[in-house]
Amino acid sequence: MEYIIIIISAILVNNIVLNQFLGVCPFLGVSKKIETAVGMTGAVTFVMVLATIVTFLIQHYILIPLEITYLQTISFILVIAALVQLVEIILKKVSPSLYQALGVFLPLITTNCAILGVAILVIQKEFNLMEGVVYAISNAIGFGLALIIFAGLREHTDLQNVPKGLKGVPIALITAGILAMAFMGFSGIV
Amino acid sequence: MNQWKNFTKGFLKENPVFVLLLGMCPTLGTTGTAINGLGMGLATTFVLIMSNLVVSLIKNLIPDKVRIPAFIVVIATFVTIVEMVMQAYIPSLYESLGLFIPLIVVNCIVLGRAEAFASKNKVLSSVIDGAGIGLGFAFALTILGSVRELLGSGKIFNFTVYPENYGMLVFILAPGAFIALGYIIALINRLNKKNA
Amino acid sequence: MLLSLFGVTLIASAALGVVYGVTKEPIARAEANKQELALASVLPKYEKLGKVIKVLPVDGKDSIEIYPAYSADGEEIASAVKTYTYSGFSGFIEIMVGIDTEGEITGFQVLKHAETPGLGSKMNEWFSNAEKPSQNVIGRAFGDEEFTVYKDGGNVDAITAATITSRAFLDALNRAYRCLDKAWEADAQSGATNQIDDNQREDDAASSEQ
Repeated sequence: MEYIIIIISAILVNNIVLNQFLGVCPFLGVSKKIETAVGMTGAVTFVMVLATIVTFLIQHYILIPLEITYLQTISFILVIAALVQLVEIILKKVSPSLYQALGVFLPLITTNCAILGVAILVIQKEFNLMEGVVYAISNAIGFGLALIIFAGLREHTDLQNVPKGLKGVPIALITAGILAMAFMGFSGIV
Repeated sequence: MNQWKNFTKGFLKENPVFVLLLGMCPTLGTTGTAINGLGMGLATTFVLIMSNLVVSLIKNLIPDKVRIPAFIVVIATFVTIVEMVMQAYIPSLYESLGLFIPLIVVNCIVLGRAEAFASKNKVLSSVIDGAGIGLGFAFALTILGSVRELLGSGKIFNFTVYPENYGMLVFILAPGAFIALGYIIALINRLNKKNA
Repeated sequence: MLLSLFGVTLIASAALGVVYGVTKEPIARAEANKQELALASVLPKYEKLGKVIKVLPVDGKDSIEIYPAYSADGEEIASAVKTYTYSGFSGFIEIMVGIDTEGEITGFQVLKHAETPGLGSKMNEWFSNAEKPSQNVIGRAFGDEEFTVYKDGGNVDAITAATITSRAFLDALNRAYRCLDKAWEADAQSGATNQIDDNQREDDAASSEQ
């Protein structure tokens, strides 16, 4: 039951992009085509789950026992940066086809605040490891859902006759606003 | 480059939010009120100035290959300092900004300036560049915060302009952040085009 | 190469250690201050606080904290209760509420919430509006009947467009009174004013000895 609440809340009610404003940069940056949006979602899911597990272990087995939790930000971001590098190298060796699909998105992920944000939120919400992993996966799905819907909408608005001043980013932001409004309809269901 | 120009470019011409579209997460997430926007902007400005200063000081000591991780460490250090100082002396702001304070680390503006400017320029220009871009960011956040607060609750900086009942609540909520920013960017685009 | 990165990290950690040492005390003080301000704002003027009592509500997994307040001549005048609910529109809400010995609410303050800004977030102003007795809870007494919103056939006017938040708010208040009542009963049974069954009382020396 608890897991179901975490899942629904992370995907729909408190959608990471449209409600919590995390990961807005890739949301606006790679949403011009559905194809790239799917690739980005894959890369984010992968790194988000890994990063959550590793940072959780660091927090509970290194930072808290040594009473150096004030090094949280610095250690988490270093771990994420290293992790992204590592994933890139391993993917290149192990699965060139997957690397082809996700490779270009990986360097962008270090500065994706959704990853660090989720890692910190898992600590703040005092989840255990299993809940943390479920939370990370759900947030990745929520991110993917928002990103892919938005990419679909943008493919359409590109073909429409948009007033000149609103072309490009402004109309994309307004579309995102309306999408966020639609997601507000889910609030209160958990 | 002329230092004055170096300083003022961050406000309109190269405004990190309105023109370069960087640092969108804190821009949207912390601008429910003007005061929160300003607080976030100033915290980021401090981190930008200090990290630009340190990066331009140590740029020759750091081998090229570990450049980025070293920059990240420098930035994370100053972010943590800001976080602790805020928690100690302005706890109310610390609470309302919440998660977005540690997330200054992954604000692309900060790492972007360290990599693109401070690692190639002298100390003084780097500090001025940090101050200019940082204040430009703070300026953008304050504008967006004021617009949202005014439309949403009829106030600016907690000063009542018209009764709250007539406010359009949606502007304080998440959708309003996107929509308000969209219109402001359209306006700025137009202004910049006219000036060019 | 690695050495210089290690050097940077070492210096950074050392710098953070120093700042942590400097700000540790102000941070602790800021937090204690907040608690004190909340207590002062919900309680009538008091001389000193007694020991914190923790009571586990029947329908919750976390304890509720009760801070008894005494007047200058050592008489108990009211208690501040730190209560909570999970049924807010966005989940958890934490409220500090002052209740005097007659069961009358002396004041309250919402400590933590994530309700919708502009709607549910108006709890503090709405339920303490002295001009609207139908929505004001300050000065009302908990009796045999619990607080509920009009919509549920109750006695308090809910926040416009935020009924769920209002229900949750009243739920937290009711829980506070139930726990306080339980503590009083335990008090009466044990006969002495200052002794309560050890299961229900946990001393919290740090925050109670003021």
